[in-house]
Amino acid sequence: MTTRDRTNVRPGGPGAPSEVRFAGIRHRYGERWVLDGIDLALAERRIGIVGANGSGKSTLARMINGLIEPTEGTVTVDGLDPSRHGRQVRARVGFIFTDPDNQIVMPTVAEDVAFSLRRSGLSKTVIAERTAAMLERMGLAALADHPAHLLSGGQKQLLALAAVLVRGPAVLVADEPTTLLDLRNARRVSETLAGLDQQVIMVTHQLDALAGFDRIVVLDAGRVVADGTPTDALPRYRELVT
Amino acid sequence: MTGTPIGLFHPGVSPLHRIPAGIKLLGMVLSVVGVVLLHRWWQLAIAAAVTTILFALARIPPRVAWSQLRPLRYLIVLVAALQCWLAGWHAAVMVCGTIVVTVALAALVTLTTRVTAMLDALGGVLRPLRRLGVDTDRIGLLLALTIRCIPLVAGIVSAVGEARTARGVGFSIRALGAPVIIRSLRSADALGEALIARGADD
Repeated sequence: MTTRDRTNVRPGGPGAPSEVRFAGIRHRYGERWVLDGIDLALAERRIGIVGANGSGKSTLARMINGLIEPTEGTVTVDGLDPSRHGRQVRARVGFIFTDPDNQIVMPTVAEDVAFSLRRSGLSKTVIAERTAAMLERMGLAALADHPAHLLSGGQKQLLALAAVLVRGPAVLVADEPTTLLDLRNARRVSETLAGLDQQVIMVTHQLDALAGFDRIVVLDAGRVVADGTPTDALPRYRELVT
Repeated sequence: MTGTPIGLFHPGVSPLHRIPAGIKLLGMVLSVVGVVLLHRWWQLAIAAAVTTILFALARIPPRVAWSQLRPLRYLIVLVAALQCWLAGWHAAVMVCGTIVVTVALAALVTLTTRVTAMLDALGGVLRPLRRLGVDTDRIGLLLALTIRCIPLVAGIVSAVGEARTARGVGFSIRALGAPVIIRSLRSADALGEALIARGADD
């Protein structure tokens, strides 16, 4: 096992990655414990969480912005507990899901991105400008008035990403964002994620998407079984799934 | 899926697109009330002709216009048959014509108005209710989600139908209804989770 103690890692000041800390996390659905004793401090810019189906990785990711509260233990993002400071944490942490169809709310592409800013207090002009800039950045500008649900899978995931990034989060948590995509679209989404300024915490089965990542956490049966650089941790994951 | 599903904006710069959403919504309500109050077939024919002209004025392609009305076809056949049997052909023409024209008018508003513009208009109308503690943003969100769910549920029905066909199962309400309801509820859960993650309630 290549587990490393990272509890001493601290955010390095303005512009540095946030620190997501899990302390004594245990979580169960009914009688089944899906997470059992997770202690992690995640402060690198690119972090991958891998594990077999049912290993608890999506549950762990959802705890970061308070979608799931742990049965035991605490989660903090830069010292803020999502269960008590949900609004502040969600302003820092953006989340994209496996199926972008479930994340799209508005009927057209531009409206969906603008929806993310509806409670921002910004003027309509500023919201329109930021929406247009984000669509341009994601390569979706030509599709601004296109029905969102008629986009391709890759375009939908880029739209979901645009809708999250337009709020300017410091951290992006992505739960298997390329699982439903074909190879070309998966590569496009992975490249877009790799080029982001944000700290990225990605749950995935697709190891290609983890190229250039700083740290990989491997989960098995709700426990961390490896934690380190891709070179150190991924062989353990391969052992688990073969 | 062909054409534009019900409830979707059709981009354009026509005079109808440029009319403020609030005026269009008010116009739609008044028009629908007017159509419902018609008693003669020729009055309904004039209303249908005016509606057709409005679609042309909005530069809505016939294919898109038809896609708005096509889902009504089975209902219209059923209602026409019942009305002919119970009340005669005149009643059948009036009832079916009224349904088609009113749905077409509503579709014309949604085709030429962005949902965000409708939400803004609705927010303006509901603003006084804020003093009574009503969360008018949430009402607007409810409207947006209702419109969003039309293609979402249509997609689920289509996928379940394809799966049923692929397995060689004949038509069965239970075989269609049960998976559609289960998948719709799962989608609703996932959509709710995504709304929280997007800060919709913050």
